[in-house]
Amino acid sequence: MELSAILLQVLNGLDKGSAYALIALGLTLIFGTLGVVNFAHGALFMIGAFCAVTVQRLLSLSTITIDESKTDFLGKPLQIKTPYVESWFGESVGNALIDWSVPLAIFLTIPVMLIIGFVMERGLIKHFYKRPHSDQILVTFGLAIVLQEIIKAYFGANQIPAPAPSAFIGSFDFGSVIGMGPGKLLYPYWRIVYFCFAMLIIALVFAFLQFTTFGMVVRAGMADRETVGLLGINIDKRFTIMFGIAAAVAGLAGVMYTPINSPSYTSGMDFLVISFVVVVVGGMGSLGGAVLAGFVLGILESFASMREVIEFIPGINQVVIYLAAIVILLARPRGLLGRKGVMES
Amino acid sequence: MLGLSRNDFLMLLFVLFLVAAAPILLNPFPEGSSLAQFNAGYPDLMQRFLIFGIFAIGFNILFGLTGYLSFGHAAFLGAGSYAGVWMLKLLTINVIPAIIVSTLVAGLFSLAIGYISLRRSGIYFSILTLAFAQMSFALASSVLQPITGGETGLQTNLNDPRILDGANTTGNIPAPSLFGWEMRESMQVPVGDWLWTFNVGYYVCAFILLIAFYISIRIFRSPFGMMLKAIKSNNERLSYTGISPRPYTLAAFVISGMYAGLAGGLMVSMDPLAGSERMQWTASGEVVLMTILGGVGTVLGPVIGAGIIKYFENIFSKINDNLLHGWFSFMPDGLEDFMVAVIHPFVGKGWHLSLGLMFMLAIIFLPGGFVGSLHNVFSRIFRKRAQ
Repeated sequence: MELSAILLQVLNGLDKGSAYALIALGLTLIFGTLGVVNFAHGALFMIGAFCAVTVQRLLSLSTITIDESKTDFLGKPLQIKTPYVESWFGESVGNALIDWSVPLAIFLTIPVMLIIGFVMERGLIKHFYKRPHSDQILVTFGLAIVLQEIIKAYFGANQIPAPAPSAFIGSFDFGSVIGMGPGKLLYPYWRIVYFCFAMLIIALVFAFLQFTTFGMVVRAGMADRETVGLLGINIDKRFTIMFGIAAAVAGLAGVMYTPINSPSYTSGMDFLVISFVVVVVGGMGSLGGAVLAGFVLGILESFASMREVIEFIPGINQVVIYLAAIVILLARPRGLLGRKGVMES
Repeated sequence: MLGLSRNDFLMLLFVLFLVAAAPILLNPFPEGSSLAQFNAGYPDLMQRFLIFGIFAIGFNILFGLTGYLSFGHAAFLGAGSYAGVWMLKLLTINVIPAIIVSTLVAGLFSLAIGYISLRRSGIYFSILTLAFAQMSFALASSVLQPITGGETGLQTNLNDPRILDGANTTGNIPAPSLFGWEMRESMQVPVGDWLWTFNVGYYVCAFILLIAFYISIRIFRSPFGMMLKAIKSNNERLSYTGISPRPYTLAAFVISGMYAGLAGGLMVSMDPLAGSERMQWTASGEVVLMTILGGVGTVLGPVIGAGIIKYFENIFSKINDNLLHGWFSFMPDGLEDFMVAVIHPFVGKGWHLSLGLMFMLAIIFLPGGFVGSLHNVFSRIFRKRAQ
């Protein structure tokens, strides 16, 4: 096996690993602060993805004018659609806006996800702190079904394409840059963008927790909630905000993932199970562990889907994540970076 | 009686009455009336009530007694289904070997998975079982295609060997039967406006459910059951008394896996087709919901939960726009369209939405499930009377 083939699989694993890491990070934030197992997290990822679709549709809302002088292929007068943004901002700016609708959707996603997060925490999850974990799992699972079905009712059951800006279509030739010969190591531009974006978000979350007073209080609350409360700090309010931030992280992961995988109402559920495996493999309650496990499992998955490997062990690409999870959990009972005494009773 | 206390015996009789009279009880509306679509008394649905009831009873033995939440029980149902179809294909079209073998195969399968998964507890156990089940699902739908039929599923064919029956290559594919009684045979009895359907397969399922239910009561009341409850309430203290909980939890895991295999075997005995989607994690999630909705740790709860979920799944998915227009036709036109538009997303293809809402409401407002809540209500009434 050549070095370039190995590098290619590492690169391929990075974008999926980024998505796993972002979702798992949000799950761990919620678990670490509120002690709640949130099965609706995949649905939040999916709602983020549909924010991109919404922005795309809003921007391409058009007026229809009928040009009597031309006819379409059926012989009817030609209908010309002009998006509102084009008539407002001129053709070039308008086109650029529509072209960049996925990155622009970030600005919609953040407030939407924060609000959904707040409403979810205050309206529903708040009442489940003292209930057993199985109740939390079930009520959030029910919520996930409800959110998923609402999206299905509005957007239909099919995948909706939301392409990347045309500037990012095409692939970057790593091979010719690092001297392996051109064409050996092609990697789509958007996946590079996604990886960098994910790293940025992860860095922001860690910096926020590490270097701000707010983050310090939250970390203190994660370690010992009662004592922080006794110091006269309203820790519940801060945890609610953290829930909103975790929801926003999931939403952002979803928005930027749309060009890689067109969103459909099931895309959240597809990620959910694997994200839980990621969280547990990383160690419940460990933020670094979640990120590490996300990338490790993502890269492992892409290695297992190589042709040479599949020929050697058929079907391995389908099961490698679960197999890795079983091995890791048996060898390291608390996951890669887990602490003692979390969720073991 | 039968080694049961008076209350338990009455409960068994109650279940006996319910399942025996279900074809009548579940058809309360006359045939052809506008409410007839709420009838549940047709064989296919009633069989599903019982089969999922058995599945949930078994799951409750593990989850209700020991508190170990398995997210992979559908794998055992699937393994049982495949084993059952293979018996129908290779040995005989009689359902008895199929049911026995599917139970045993699921038992062995759960022994292997349980032995490894039970090394961990809490969420780690849940994730291990989930991982095993998802692996089984992925393998069954891809690599193991020669055994499982892949995504199209495994079914009986005309040219199967069927060693005991002798091969036949003419005529129709034989239907699963019990000594000549075909499972799909039904007797329809019209009484006045009502139409009651008594199905052979249904009563086979009913008989097996009663045995399964009886065994479950005995396990709940036995010293073994007490030990399992001890594991749930305080695992550590149990270890301090010098008892290792592992053999007990493993036994509970295998028993519940065998119940799942039994359900799978019955499923293919009623309809000899096994698909890999039966093993997916959503199917495991469904049995968890049934158990919790009915009441975890109660003897009767899981059966009731299974019935409720399967009933609503079926009814909600059948209501369509025409029907809705029919119901609201007494209203002025605008209001009628409005009502239909409001209800439309919840029914027909959107029945998952109603189901999701129902779960949420049940979990929020009925913490002990239906049976647990009923129990609370009764005990409150009786306490008041005692005062």
